Amino acid sequence: MTDPVIRISDMNKWFGTFHVLRDINLQVAAGEKIVICGPSGSGKSTLIRCLNRLEQHQEGIIEVEGVSLDGSSKNLESIRSNVGMVFQQFNLFPHMSVLENCTLAPIWVKQKTKQEAEALARQFLERVRIPDQADKYPGQLSGGQQQRVAIARALCMNPDIMLFDEPTSALDPEMIKEVLDVMVELAEDGMTMLCVTHEMGFARQVADRVIFMDEGEIVEENEPEAFFSNPQNERTKMFLSQVLSH
Amino acid sequence: MSAKTWIPTPARPAPANTVGFVGWARENLFATKLDSALTLVCAALIIYLLDVVFGWAIVDASFSGEDRNACLKQVQGACWPFIDAKLGQFIYGRYPEMERWRVDWVFALGLIGLVPLLMPKVGFKRANVIFMLGFYPLFAFFMLTGGRFGLAPVDTSDWGGLLVTLVVAVTGIVGSLPLGILLALGRRSELPIVRALCVGFIEIFRGVPLITVLFMASVMLPLFLPDGVNFDKLMRCLIGVALFASAYMAEVVRGGLQAIPKGQYEAAAALGLGYWKTTRLIILPQALKLVIPGIVNTFIGLFKDTTLVLIVGLFDLLGIVQLHFTDSTWATPETHITGYAFAAFVFWVFCFAMSRYSIFMEKHLSTDPNQ
Ligand SMILES: Nc1ncnc2c1ncn2[C@@H]1O[C@H](COP(=O)(O)OP(=O)(O)O)[C@@H](O)[C@H]1O
Ligand SMILES: [Mg+2]
Repeated sequence: MTDPVIRISDMNKWFGTFHVLRDINLQVAAGEKIVICGPSGSGKSTLIRCLNRLEQHQEGIIEVEGVSLDGSSKNLESIRSNVGMVFQQFNLFPHMSVLENCTLAPIWVKQKTKQEAEALARQFLERVRIPDQADKYPGQLSGGQQQRVAIARALCMNPDIMLFDEPTSALDPEMIKEVLDVMVELAEDGMTMLCVTHEMGFARQVADRVIFMDEGEIVEENEPEAFFSNPQNERTKMFLSQVLSH
Repeated sequence: MSAKTWIPTPARPAPANTVGFVGWARENLFATKLDSALTLVCAALIIYLLDVVFGWAIVDASFSGEDRNACLKQVQGACWPFIDAKLGQFIYGRYPEMERWRVDWVFALGLIGLVPLLMPKVGFKRANVIFMLGFYPLFAFFMLTGGRFGLAPVDTSDWGGLLVTLVVAVTGIVGSLPLGILLALGRRSELPIVRALCVGFIEIFRGVPLITVLFMASVMLPLFLPDGVNFDKLMRCLIGVALFASAYMAEVVRGGLQAIPKGQYEAAAALGLGYWKTTRLIILPQALKLVIPGIVNTFIGLFKDTTLVLIVGLFDLLGIVQLHFTDSTWATPETHITGYAFAAFVFWVFCFAMSRYSIFMEKHLSTDPNQ
């Protein structure tokens, strides 16, 4: 394996006195796609939010592309502009048009000119299949469209790594597919991805590894086929039977 | 197999009594017996009030004359010649008549700068803001105080009337908004010392009446300043009013900040935006838009509070109107009420304009199709 782009070793995190992540060890290679699943409250969101320091860990090491997340603000800046994130609730900026949502960070963080940023934004809006909505406001779009804008917005920073935190959980069933399709394409283009999701079809299709978490620990990790057909742990079996039964 | 062809039923016009004015009146004014009764009572009340006001302000009023004799009819309405004779005083106070053109210039340039600034469609906003916040205050300062560029000095104690009202209100408004925003941000800061300072400032200024602040500014402040340092009474009032208003503004803005979901901060952080960029580009535009009614409410309150500068010896519009009640040339039973009506009307025009503008802005800035 080449040098991992993400290296987490013996990482621990507490919320106050609550031990939310316990002894996390994880390495992700460039271009690898990881799906993280597990019951609600198991610490999945917290784990991926530690990767761009929306949450701070207290013990252990997290390195992203060789840069350590140790509280230095210079490191943080460089990591955040190389790691894109997509949230469950989209978190688009409602007072800006779709195009402005996408050009904001390239202009203000990467110092691109407005023309450059807009050209880039239109290119990515094309890629997520909503080129004609560029001048609308987020409130005028459907949930699926909003989430695709959120993906385009993150891609406009040309990130090396994309984090997804349950990107389809807030969507109506008929919109889930349009978002997953975009994510599958992104995976096929070789993006390094960490996705928290319960879309097992998606995991089967694109994941290189599936990670199962419970109670703040990584309980089991495996290739998707083996993970789904032959889970090793009792806890995993129970979880899978619940998720797959409906 | 022959499929049936579906022909849409042609649309018919709505029944005549449900459209047009008759339809509107039926639905809105006379829908039920109670509605009809309320409509009639209110209509009667409105007609009665209009009749009283109209009778006083127009029918029974005097419109011309040189002194009190014009306003001593048997049934006397408003005494408009009083306003006419005193209008100069009401607008400029004791500003020397020869120099009043300077005030006019300041008013005119202010209007010329303000109107395009308030119209969203007009471009050059950046240049306009620089003009209004950079050049205009200096221009107004040198024009109004004089003493330079060959202009005769005019002491601020000679300023009065609408001039003082506007100077105090505009300075208060322009000063309190940025200060209030900074205080609101400081109150939510993660640095305990910054937070404590801001909370202390806000709670102290909100906890005392404006009159106290003005008294402190005009009487107590000089005690704290070193000997020989003395600055203008009007200036001290301006600072007092701006600080006072900023404490209220801070709380209004804080309300807006609290309404912004955490996800907005997180999305901005994830994109690599720092605190100030996030605040300026993401948080404030949304927070301020949410609290436009509260901000304008504070402006309106501030505008009316300017009348309190009277108690430290400055004569704003209301103060100067009252001052002229004592003029024996115009001593009539209607002088007071005419003067008050005039002052009230002027205040109302300004406040109503602000209120309408705020509603316009709210609509203009709305990006939510569900509103
Ligand atoms: N900011 C926070 N403060 C305190 N506890 C938190 C915070 N965020 C999450 N938690 C707790 O940490 C646990 C893990 O949360 P999370 O990572 O969101 O779980 P998941 O995404 O797997 O559902 C939960 O028990 C949750 O209540
Ligand atoms: Mg979660």
